[in-house]
Amino acid sequence: MELTRRNAIVMGAGALFVAGLPLRVSAAGEDAIAAFTGGAEIGAGDIKLTAPEIAENGNTVPIEVSSDTAAEIMVLALGNPTPGVAKFKFGKLAAARHASTRIRLAGTQDVVAIAKLDDGSFVQASATVKVTIGGCGG
Amino acid sequence: MAKDVKPRVKVPKSAAAGEAITIKTLISHNMESGQRKDKEGNAIPRSIINRFTCDFNGENVIDVAMEPAISTNPYFEFEALVPEAGEFKFTWYDDDGSVYEESKMIAIG
Repeated sequence: MELTRRNAIVMGAGALFVAGLPLRVSAAGEDAIAAFTGGAEIGAGDIKLTAPEIAENGNTVPIEVSSDTAAEIMVLALGNPTPGVAKFKFGKLAAARHASTRIRLAGTQDVVAIAKLDDGSFVQASATVKVTIGGCGG
Repeated sequence: MAKDVKPRVKVPKSAAAGEAITIKTLISHNMESGQRKDKEGNAIPRSIINRFTCDFNGENVIDVAMEPAISTNPYFEFEALVPEAGEFKFTWYDDDGSVYEESKMIAIG
């Protein structure tokens, strides 16, 4: 292909588009996921994340995770300056693989829960939360 | 040690053997995220509770690793099995090395 000005612009735009996509999941978020799963494939399945659609105050957003077969559940807020939120490990006497807590969200974003199931596979669920007032302070 | 840290735990006084009960815990702690700045623009250093565990008669119920994104006054609600009478032990681990403990007895009946 001859490199004309028009072609160069198209290629540049294409490269930006390709490079821009992975940026949506921050590098830190990807690292956290990789550290948890060890690079294993993440499917969909036995994990449920309950979060409000709209949170007026990002300082305290109630969330709930539950699963029938999860050994561990990690929650990430991908739009926060640091994506980690919490990691729940269920012991022998956990009656249900279910927990709720309150978290901080810096702004409107996706909250992701990744569960490690008893059989060693990983599943994830996500929820978009609209935040009116961010919770990380200026 | 952070100021005014007071754990609060809600556990039923008694349960049937083998019953699943809901436990609610709250600990007052300002969970400084390390992201905020003071009036002079200096970052306020992170100071949070980074781990919470609940055990019943030495057997683990839940173990939570916390990051700065957990809200002020961390709250947790979860379910536990009560195989026999005994004691629930709750432990919170602060960044500064402090450990806060609380325990609750539960009877079978």
